[in-house]
Amino acid sequence: MKLPIYMDYHATTPTDPRVFEAMKPYFMEIFGNSASRNHSFGWQAEEAVEKARKQIADLIGASPKEIVFTSGATESNNLALKGVAEMYAEKGNHIITAATEHKAVLDTCKRLEKHGIRVTYLPVQTNGLVDLEMLKDAITDKTILISIMYANNEIGVIQNMAEIGKIAKAKGVLVHSDATQAVGKVPVNVIKDNIDLMSLSGHKLYGPKGVGALYVRRKSPRVQITAQMDGGGHERGMRSGTLNVPGIVGLGEACAICQAEMAEESKRMAYLRDKLRNKLEAELDEVYINGTMDSRLPNNLNISFSYVEGESLLMGINDVAVSSGSACTSATLEPSYVLKALGAGDDQAHSSIRFGLGRFNTEEQVDYVAAKVIDVVKKLRELSPLYEMAKEGIDLTKVQWTAH
Amino acid sequence: MAYSNKVLDHYNNPRNVGSMDKSDPNVGTGMVGAPECGDVMKLQVKVNPETGVIEDAKFKTFGCGSAIASSSLATEWLRGKTVDEALEIKNTDIVNELSLPPVKIHCSVLAEDAIKAAINDYKTKSATKVEALASK
Repeated sequence: MKLPIYMDYHATTPTDPRVFEAMKPYFMEIFGNSASRNHSFGWQAEEAVEKARKQIADLIGASPKEIVFTSGATESNNLALKGVAEMYAEKGNHIITAATEHKAVLDTCKRLEKHGIRVTYLPVQTNGLVDLEMLKDAITDKTILISIMYANNEIGVIQNMAEIGKIAKAKGVLVHSDATQAVGKVPVNVIKDNIDLMSLSGHKLYGPKGVGALYVRRKSPRVQITAQMDGGGHERGMRSGTLNVPGIVGLGEACAICQAEMAEESKRMAYLRDKLRNKLEAELDEVYINGTMDSRLPNNLNISFSYVEGESLLMGINDVAVSSGSACTSATLEPSYVLKALGAGDDQAHSSIRFGLGRFNTEEQVDYVAAKVIDVVKKLRELSPLYEMAKEGIDLTKVQWTAH
Repeated sequence: MAYSNKVLDHYNNPRNVGSMDKSDPNVGTGMVGAPECGDVMKLQVKVNPETGVIEDAKFKTFGCGSAIASSSLATEWLRGKTVDEALEIKNTDIVNELSLPPVKIHCSVLAEDAIKAAINDYKTKSATKVEALASK
């Protein structure tokens, strides 16, 4: 078995070889600008772009004209939130989002707050899901947008978008969803899920980096957004800039592959994920799953190993690429705000590991990773004063710690 | 983040892991940090009351690799030192020895705090012992 093993598919995915093959001709042979209307170079590029637009639309139940190409989900989220806030400024100035959103949504909201937008950050329940009653109560006559992510990038929980959309529709409020982690992994349908704007990204679904899309609904209701970049008026005026033709071709191909293989692939992911979970739970005590297992991406396992610090665990399994919610692994030296939002306590966050399984993981790899994690957790618990105290029956929440 | 070879060595082969009897009058125990901060160190010294020399040192640490390495190194350094010499160990000595990057300096500070806490605990204990003897 080749090492290291990559099991961090929520961070990024390798480009599928079939996607790469599809992209190749669009660098040197079919290199035209899709906006060139008067020669075959442009026409060929445009044809490729329109094919990709349809492939993406088909995967999410949209029409091709509702797809706006961007540089990725961060840009899509920015464009959706800022574009709606600006376009609907006369209607209202209130946006509702959730505490567990990606920073691309939260920090965009923070910026909008500086420009007179009021933002409600809904807390989530301990299972990671938004409380729908709380959402209803948060809507005012000034609310213009609800932005709730489809599936969470850390804990993989899937929000009830259809219900959220229903609540929003009843009040005439638009819904945006950051579906970066969900598209291509679970069935996403903008009609059934009552979504008006939706962000997705190429490199999370075995496409290339640097390309993404924003779905913008065209009927019932017709959604309008103000462009956030000025230029040639590409993408029906919503996003200027010469289209990244090879990237777009790759994104389209990646979506087509996901559509064809999702049913099989998600079964395999769930099998591997559950195997990993069962092995860890069979061999180790005091392990806790973060977020509900009832509504979750099939490839996600976020688990806390009590009394063991995440970074030290990563160090012990250094031939396995995974992530931790521990402060020591983050640039900000703060533990995961997503796990904190679940109310699990900072110590649970420090002890958490996110496993993100993907298309190229094998059962042999899962067996190896499980054995390695079990071994290192046991070793680190021998080293842990907290584990020793817990075994002595000391209630760690009652200890007077010397915080630093 | 890349770890120095010395940090990796202490992480892979931690020295002097374990616990000593807290109620032993010759054992000083220091526990510093907090679980919600992501690191807790327990450091213990066993002192020869005749000579004041630390004969044994043990640690257990919940924390990142650098925290584990800092406390492991501390136990190595403590053995054979007198309690007064032990108090002279500075966090910067640990930083230099382990080549800790700036974001990991707090691990060395914690180790220094743990040493001081353990020695103070021993001193407090032996002072009460002397008082108890004097009052007899």
